[in-house]
Amino acid sequence: MKLRALALAATLVATAALAAELTQFSPEKSRISFVSKQMGVAVDGRFAKFDAKISVAPARPETGKAQIDVELTSIDTGSSDADAEVKGKKWFNTAAFPKASFVSSQVRALGGGRYEALGKLTIKGHTHDVTAPFTFKQDGNVGSFDGVFTLNRLDYAIGEGEWADTSTVANEVQIKFHVVALGAPIRK
Amino acid sequence: MKDQNSPSYTRTAISLHWLVALLIFSAFPLGLYMADLPFSPVKLQLYSYHKWIGVTVLLVAVARLAWRVTHPAPAMLEMPRWQRIAAHAIHHLLYILLFAIPLSGWLMSSAKGFQTVYFGVLPLPDLLGKNKELGDLLHSVHEALNYTLLALLGAHIAGALKHHFIERDDTLRRMTFRYKPGTQP
Repeated sequence: MKLRALALAATLVATAALAAELTQFSPEKSRISFVSKQMGVAVDGRFAKFDAKISVAPARPETGKAQIDVELTSIDTGSSDADAEVKGKKWFNTAAFPKASFVSSQVRALGGGRYEALGKLTIKGHTHDVTAPFTFKQDGNVGSFDGVFTLNRLDYAIGEGEWADTSTVANEVQIKFHVVALGAPIRK
Repeated sequence: MKDQNSPSYTRTAISLHWLVALLIFSAFPLGLYMADLPFSPVKLQLYSYHKWIGVTVLLVAVARLAWRVTHPAPAMLEMPRWQRIAAHAIHHLLYILLFAIPLSGWLMSSAKGFQTVYFGVLPLPDLLGKNKELGDLLHSVHEALNYTLLALLGAHIAGALKHHFIERDDTLRRMTFRYKPGTQP
């Protein structure tokens, strides 16, 4: 009898843990990449370092909140020439603006496991509203957010002077994110 | 099909010859120049133009080889045996390079992670995945093949000029549209 009660209690604790908020950002499992277009050629790049503050109740992702800070010097554009160039003043000016940040203001449920995050994206001192559709999946204690959105680089003055010509480097840059968050560790 | 004993090339063969010459003399200096440019929009543009010319060379090479196989070239003019052998060898090597150089460039682009998109609209499949070491190796191969091409073209052109100005025969003249057999001065 005692054993059965213990088992029941354990089940309840486990269920509670599953329903717990996902707050632990997992940088190793997360990925932020982008696709730029040069002369009509899609080139893959990524940011190696970024940090996220996330709090999401898996049962109701629409009440979630997220802030993502990206270290712009960690950029990998796909070519070493370009990596050096884009840290300069005409591009990200990472000396003055080392980070890009996204702060969510609202999450809408679109149905079928699909959502969209609305928020403000700040890069190089320019802030604009963005809407990022994403899917949410939960596997035990691990929640993952996968989404894609497009930004116009010139809205943020990324690529000034001769680089503002969008016939060479397209204005549209596709941003892809795969953000993984874990539930808080279960206290014993 | 043209009579195999005809002393002249077909108009198509002549056109393809000079078209390839024009493309090579555009792509080669462009390739040398662009590689040393500082990173800039102009550099990105020139790389694209260079690749588009290279893809065009490959397409024209396919057409040229097909034409050559179905329309044999006229017999060589009278000349010493060693010259005939040298000219034949150089022609064969030039044909090989017409394929090998654009292909090595295409493979290098793929290995470096930059797909080749013909005229910015037609993406060529990446035959290799992104791989930095392989990309650097293919860069060296592309360069070495081009210097080989330069040397062979030097010999090819020197030979043509020698026939034209020293032997004063029809070797060079019959690669032009105005050439009519038996009208040499």
